[in-house]
Order: sequence, then C-alpha cells, then structure tokens
Amino acid sequence: MAELQEALLHQVQNKDRISTLDLVTLLNNDHQKIVGAIKSIQSYPENVINCTQETTKRWELTEEGETVLKKGSHEAVLYHAVPSGGALQSQIMKDVPNAKIGFSKAMSAGWIEIDKKAEGGPRITKKVDHIEDKVQLCLEQIKAPHLDDIQEKQLADFKKRKLICEVKLNIFHITKGTEFKLKLDKPEADLTPEMISSGSWRTKTFKPFNFDALGVPPTSGHLHPLLKVRSEFRQIFLEMGFTEMPTNNFIESSFWNFDSLFQPQQHPARDAHDTFFISDPATAHEFPMDYLERVKKVHSEGGYGSQGYKYDWKIEEAQKNLLRTHTTAVSARMLYKLAQQKEFRPVKYFSIDRVFRNETLDATHLAEFHQIEGVVADYGLTLGDLMGIIYEFFKKLGIEKLRFKPAYNPYTEPSMEIFSYHEGLKKWVEIGNSGVFRPEMLLPMGLPQDVQVIAWGLSLERPTMIKYGIDNIRDLIGPKVNLQMIYDNPLCRLDKKII
Amino acid sequence: MPTVGIKRDLLFEVLQKTYTDDQFQDLCFDFGLELDEVTSEKEMLSREQGTESDQVKTASEAIIYKIDIPANRYDLLCLEGLARGLLVFLHKMEAPRYRSIPPTEGPRQQLIIKPNTAKVRPHAVAAILRNITFNQDRYSSFIDLQDKLHQNICRKRSLVAIGTHDLDTIQGPFVFDAKPPDEIKFRPLNQQKELTATQQMELYSGDSHLRHYLPIIRDKPVYPVIYDRNGVVLSMPPIINGEHSKITLNTRNVLIECTATDLNKATTVLDQLVSMFSQYCSQPFIVEQVDVVRPDKTSITYPKLAYREEELLVEDVNKKIGIQESPETIAQLLTKMCLKSKVVENGSKLLVEVPPTRADVIHCCDIIEDVAIAYGYNNVQYTMPKTNCIADQFQINHLTDQLRNAVAQAGFTEVLTFALCSRDDIADKLGHNIENTRAVHISNPKTSEFQVARTTLLPGILKTLANNRKMPLPLKLFEISDIVLQDPDKDVGAGNERHLCAVNYNKAPGFEVIQGLLDRTMQMLEVKSCKDDDQGYYIRSSQDDATYFPGRCAEIVARGKVIGKMGVLHPDVIQKFELTLPCAAFEITLEPFL
Repeated sequence: MAELQEALLHQVQNKDRISTLDLVTLLNNDHQKIVGAIKSIQSYPENVINCTQETTKRWELTEEGETVLKKGSHEAVLYHAVPSGGALQSQIMKDVPNAKIGFSKAMSAGWIEIDKKAEGGPRITKKVDHIEDKVQLCLEQIKAPHLDDIQEKQLADFKKRKLICEVKLNIFHITKGTEFKLKLDKPEADLTPEMISSGSWRTKTFKPFNFDALGVPPTSGHLHPLLKVRSEFRQIFLEMGFTEMPTNNFIESSFWNFDSLFQPQQHPARDAHDTFFISDPATAHEFPMDYLERVKKVHSEGGYGSQGYKYDWKIEEAQKNLLRTHTTAVSARMLYKLAQQKEFRPVKYFSIDRVFRNETLDATHLAEFHQIEGVVADYGLTLGDLMGIIYEFFKKLGIEKLRFKPAYNPYTEPSMEIFSYHEGLKKWVEIGNSGVFRPEMLLPMGLPQDVQVIAWGLSLERPTMIKYGIDNIRDLIGPKVNLQMIYDNPLCRLDKKII
Repeated sequence: MPTVGIKRDLLFEVLQKTYTDDQFQDLCFDFGLELDEVTSEKEMLSREQGTESDQVKTASEAIIYKIDIPANRYDLLCLEGLARGLLVFLHKMEAPRYRSIPPTEGPRQQLIIKPNTAKVRPHAVAAILRNITFNQDRYSSFIDLQDKLHQNICRKRSLVAIGTHDLDTIQGPFVFDAKPPDEIKFRPLNQQKELTATQQMELYSGDSHLRHYLPIIRDKPVYPVIYDRNGVVLSMPPIINGEHSKITLNTRNVLIECTATDLNKATTVLDQLVSMFSQYCSQPFIVEQVDVVRPDKTSITYPKLAYREEELLVEDVNKKIGIQESPETIAQLLTKMCLKSKVVENGSKLLVEVPPTRADVIHCCDIIEDVAIAYGYNNVQYTMPKTNCIADQFQINHLTDQLRNAVAQAGFTEVLTFALCSRDDIADKLGHNIENTRAVHISNPKTSEFQVARTTLLPGILKTLANNRKMPLPLKLFEISDIVLQDPDKDVGAGNERHLCAVNYNKAPGFEVIQGLLDRTMQMLEVKSCKDDDQGYYIRSSQDDATYFPGRCAEIVARGKVIGKMGVLHPDVIQKFELTLPCAAFEITLEPFL
C-alpha cells in the first residue's frame, strides 16, 4: 500500500492534474486499489492532494469475456481445434468448449466448412488457412480501455453475447495539495506508553479523531427515577429541619387511619369502594383504651368545644384492619406519642411512603402511590405560618407562584388546596393539600390546648411524572417499566423547574 | 367531592350580574369552589350517546356550569343555595332567617312512628312547604337536590331517605310502620299497576338506578312503609315513593318526610331541603311544622331549623389565622359567610349565630376558617414558624438510601414494584404453599392483582424482567423495599420488613455474580465472611426450597441468624414468570443490620 501511495504521488508530482483512469495505465494497477490509495493519502492530517470526483460509465469484461481475451473467441478456439485433414463434427463438438457457439460463428465467418455426406458422419474441414480473431482484439481494446476504434454495433453484439457489461465508475481527478509531499509518515492510531517514555510522540503524526462519534457507554448500575426524586424530597425536608417518621407499617387499623383523625365512621372514604380492608388479620387487637374512649366520645357526643358527629360510634369499625389510605395515620400515631411525653416539645415531622386506595385505575392512578407529608406542631402556629412553610418548601422545587384555595378535609380546619401556576399549561394546577389539624383530633390525644399542628401533603408520583414528561404511571412504577428509561434517566435536580 | 350542574344564565340572573368564565372561576376559587367544566345538556348527552341520537338533536344548548362543591357544604348543592351563598358573600343580600311555625289553622300534621320500624329504619322526621310555586326549573332543582343529598350526606340512602308528596292528595295523620314485604302493596312511582313489595324488589333488581338501594332492606324481615289515614301508601323508603302522592308542577303544598338510621343526619337533611325551597313559598323561608310521635308516645316537632350561638375570642381568631383585624371587621367577614355575628364584651369576643343550613360548622375552628376564607386565604401574610428542631432520619430509611447507592454502584439497576400482588405471585409461581407464607390477605380486591401484600420482593422483579426480555443481557436488577408479614406481636397483627432482593438474568445463571453482590453488600455492612464467628456471615447449602434449582440453593447466615436465601431459580419458576433464560437471585432482610 505504502509503495502504491508513493508511486502515485510521484505521478502526481509531474502533472497539474491526473485522473485515476490515467493512473491505471501508468501504474499498471487496478482502479479500485488506486482509489483506495488516494483515500488513505487523504486521511493524513496534511493537505497532500486534492480530489474531485466524476462518475463515468465504462465497459467491463464479464467472466466469459475474460476467458475469450485469454484464449481467443469460441469460434477461433474451434477453428484451431480442426486438424489440417479435418475431423468428425461429433468429435469436435465433444472436445471443444463452447463448441455450439464456436461452430455457428466460425461457419458464418466462412472459416470452416462441413461435408454432411462424408463417410463415418459429417466432417469439418478448414476453409481458410489463416484467421484474424477480431473478437479477441476488440476485447483487448475494451479492457485497455481504448474505445475509439470500437463500433457501437460491436459493443451491442458483445453485450448480447454476455462478453461485456456496462458498469458505473467513480473516477477522481487529482491535483497537488498545499502541503504536497512525496513521502508520507504512517500516522499513529494512539499515544502509547513507549511514545511517552521515549518522547517519540514529538515527531509522530497521529490519526485524526472522529469527534462526531459517541463514546463507549460505561457499564453501570442505575437508580430508579421515582426514588431519585424521593431522595431529593427527603433531602429538602432534612434541610428544613424535619425529622423522618417511621412509616414502615402498610397495615393499619381503621382507628388510626380514620377514627383518630376525627373521620366519622360513615364517611365515604371508609367504604370498601375506596379502601382495601384486610381479611387476615382482620382486626387490630391493641389500642390505648383511655384515648380510644375519648375518641369515641368526641365522635358521638362532641366535647372540646365541638358538637361532634352525633352518631353511634362502634369499636368494631375502629378495629377493622386496612391498608393505610394515607401516611397521616402515622402522623396521628406520632402526635399521640408526642402528647404522652411529660412536657410538650415542638416537632417538625415528615414522611414519604406508600399508601393504598381501592379506586378506579387509569393512566395516572394506581392502587398504590407515595404520599409526601410534612407536619409541624408548636404553640401558636398560624395559617400564615402554614402558607409560609409551604412556600419555602416549594421554593426549593423551583416553584414560587402559589395560590391557596379553600377546601374540605375531615381532619383539618382550615383546609387549603395548594395551586401553582404552570408556565407550560398557562393555568393554575393543584399540587398539594394542607391544613390545620382539628381540635377534635388533637385534644383527645392530650396535646396542650394552645398547640397547633399544621400539615401539608402531596403525591410523589405527580411531580415526578411532570418533571420527566411521563404520561402513563405504569411507565414509571411496576413491572411494565422500560429499563431503558431507567438507564437513560438524568440526575434529579428539582430546583431546575420541576413544573 | 360532589359536582352540581347549574344553568349559567339562571345563575347569573339570580346573581344580577354576568361574568366571563374566568371571572366566575376566580369568584368560585375565593369562595372555595371549583368551576370544573363549562358544558351544555347537548354536549353531555352527545358524549354519552354520540351526536346522531334524536335525544341529542333536541337537547338544550344552554350553558351549564359544573361546579365542585366541598363535601361538607350541603347548603351549596342546588342553584338556590349556591346563589344565596354567593349573594351574601358578595354583600348583595343578607342571609335569610329560616323559621318553622305551626299551621295557621288547626293542629299540626302528625307522623306516627310504629315500634316495628326499630327492626329496619327507626327514625323519621317531616315538614310541610305551604303555598309553594314550582316551575320547570325549580321543580328540576328540587329533584336534583334530593338526589345530591341522597348520594352524599345520606350515604346512598342508607343513612337517610327523602320522600316528597303532594299534601293535597293525602290526609294525615301519617303512619310510619314496617311490615312483611308481601303485606305491602301499592302503585309505585311511574308504574301502571299495584305491586307488592316483593314484586317491586324483583322489578327493580334490573333498574340501573334503584337496584343500588335494594340491599339496604332486602334481607330484613319487615320493610319500612308510610301510610296516610286512609291507607294510601306514600312511600316505601329507602326504595320508592307511591304514584298517588307524586308532586307535579301544579303541586302547592308539599309534605317532606325523611326516614333514617341516623337521626342527626335526617334532621340536617330536612333542614337543608326546607331552607332551600321555602324560598318559593308564599311566605318565603317560613316552613310549617309536623309533629313526629315516637313509639314511646313522646312527640317532637320538626323541622328544627335551630340556630346555635358560638362565642369566639377575637384574639384567638387573629392568632390562628395570622392577621390583625378589628372585631368589627371580623364580624363583617363572618356575616359574609352567612354566619351572622356581633361584637360583645368590649370588643374582646364575638357572638356568632350558626344557621341550620351550616351543619358543617361544628366547632369554633370551622368559624375561624370562614373568617380566613372571607378575608381571602391569599391575602394572609406568609410567615415562618419559629419552631426550631434538629432533624433526624428514620434509621432504616437512612440505611436503605445508602445501600441503594452502593448496590447501584456495583452495577445493578434499581426497580420499583408493587406492594400488592396475587396469591399466585407469592405462592404457586414460586413453588410455595400460600398457607406457609404468613401473608396478609385483602378482603375486597377488585382484581387478583390485589389479593395479598407481598411477602417477598422476588416476584415483582421477575415480572419486571419478563417485560424487558428484549433488553441487552445481562439484566442485573435489585430492589430495596418493604414486604409485609403477619406478626401477632404488632397491635394490628402484621408488620413490614425491609428486604433487599437482587437478580442476575443471563445466558448462564451467574450464581457467582449474585454471590459477588452479596459479598459486596456484607462488606458495605461491615460483616466479615466467616463461618465460625457469630459476627460474620456465610452461606450453606439448603435443600427444601422449591423456588430454587435442587443443589443450587443456599441459606444466607449472618451473625448467627438466617437472613435470606440465594440460588439459581428453578426452571419451573422461570417459566411461570414467562422467562426463558437462567436466573440467579438472593433476597435478605435488612432489619438485623440497624
């Protein structure tokens, strides 16, 4: 290869412009190889040569054509096979390759004659002493290629005889480049330890890099997108001084899930349509009984300044086990625990964990999802405090435009839905819920009268789906997740515009 | 949250103002409502039946506002109540005073409750709307409100059922009794013939609307029924009224009865209905009383329409919201919310009158919320709580987060699977018997996917593999999450356990790959590989687990206790999870490493 390249460059040196077809003759080499040599010269970093491409058509010999070129046309081969005294036609036809074509062509050229009535069968004898194999000569010229003397008719005839075929050819016209030279150093593929130690890298040339190609992907593990968002939310709560609640109990009693939250026993949320109840173990068996009695009283008769719901509260309803419908059940347990301490101390609590709803499923609703919840208990907290802390929380997510809408929730009063302005949708969208826990919930627990508990919550899935542009929740959670999505998922940077 | 459909033009007529949709949306937002949809009868029908149906072609194109109402605001469930609430909120009218009075002539009508009702539906209340004027819109609204109340506070008629009757077609005293179904016979609403209760139950079992209410009484020995003095049946609550006393556009005097299993709710429902529709009586907001005679012969007069007074400290109101308003301003704000208030005790207290329509107000905090709504939530200054706390992470979550990162760094990809699954997933498919799983069972799953809480993370991960068989191999997945097991020591009889499960799915099982991750995990947890030491971990051959291929299963022992299993999955397990290649897995509990 290197030799061909140098020979080629020598040819280029003496001419202003030279074509690859010329080089075929000059270097007596195959066109394809010459083109290859040009490409590799061009791959050098220096501008050694310039090329312009031209597409031409040309005739090329077929395999049969090549045989004819080497051995002569079928008719010539047959002519030469006939001995001076002639021979039996059957013998000739048997011995000579392509005899059928050769015979008819030789006959029409008038090179041979046949005596059909000869003794022992038809005999072939030479009619002339000397022939000129024009077919072979023409093919020589076509191969050269010197087509000037060849008639169109002849080409058509050869094409019909399948001795030649027409092919497209890309030829190149070469001129000297600005950095033309006769000798090329072989470029190095890459830096080696030897080059560094010997310093030979200083004089070497290196193959240019293809900067358009992608790198080799590293083999790596990946974290799940939703749980990456969960980590960020945990981090935000921790930054704000919130302590994580122990939410590792999916099974809860109706008592903690509903009754302790002053949610009446006929409330629709307690229907089997909305809640998964447990058949085994069907009931909870242990409650703080004095507290339970106070809960019963506030539901059925009121107290603590409340009218109550005035209905027949049944412990059987409270005992029913279920899959918790909200993590607020855990908040209730934590607040009860807090109230049992000798001296009340203000707390800030948070949790992010699974909750379960026996609801109708669709593209954005599953039977289980993650609830994010923040709770603050302290003396004299105000509605303004709740809005303020919610504002700081969402600010950490890059959301600053908030609006609060009055809402209803059985265990908070006042209750507020949290809306944020969605720049993309150009409208206010609901992003969470909040409120001040009712006295009917807190006072039976034994919390001091002037302690207020404020809380807010949202789902983990919704902001995650908005952030990553996922329309169907099943593409995010559960077995139908596409692993490629997990592999390709970027870092979770919530401050970079979540909504 | 109930949604009511209200004709826009009618509403604007009552509000004496025309709003754009956006303006009305803003008004709703401030009042705690949500304009959910702007539509028309035609649009709603064509969505159900397609645009071709004749019913759709003739349907009205008048604009309907669909408005979401908070679940406790029964007073806003009809045009009359909603418009009244908004007009008072906008200072365009004063809240009316609802009163119940005896009839102008003669004694009160009576509704006598018989002892037998105790077996099925023990309570009843009643009232009369005198000289009412209906038109088509009012009539429709009256029917719609009953339906909305039935669906919400009445808990689909199970707690309370409402019956309304043309009083001029019947004669008191009325009797509320309960009788065996075959002894009850009358012509029910919109039917041609008299039918026994048994026949009606049969008839309505195919009725898309009424069949939902049949279970409330179906299996009772006696069914509730209300007669007039001549034995005419008014209704068979909570199923159907009689045709005889049906109200029409021409009805002038309406008897309303509510039968119930919850007397408090029945009283509230009756109060709501009469306070909304007494507006159309010749003496607006005045309702005629009915005496309800109970089985013990005591008599109570309804409707109660009771006003209650609550006393609030002005300081309390300001402090709980985080505002500084004068007692007078606060009193005005409350009046805006239909809670008439006056300042007492030198401005330190407010006396607030809670009307019968505001059954949602059961505590001072409800009144404080109304102050905040009237003040405007979005006018309240944001402040930061001064609460100062040192944060703590929940230990097992902290460990989980660190370990998730370590396992991902070891080249495994985290998945997130469901906590609920089918019994087969955790038992049959893994070659186990459900009886031995300690699983928690769900009593009311809508599909088999929600039969149990998972006892192992493995099935969820295998299902994730099955959905990703086209991905390049190897697939190395893990999950760290909670499983649930029955546990008699817990107050609810069950508890969570934090597990780590990992699988390797490839052309060869790769037991060594999984073991490598186990070794790495133990290294991260600072547990040494050591068979003799109580503090180390090791694996030992295990024979009896059908999840794993015989001879390719090991128990994982750490600090002297079995913490899980590992091995090459049994080909049966692989196929039951619709997989085709060998797979190795381990699953351990993380609880001992806290």
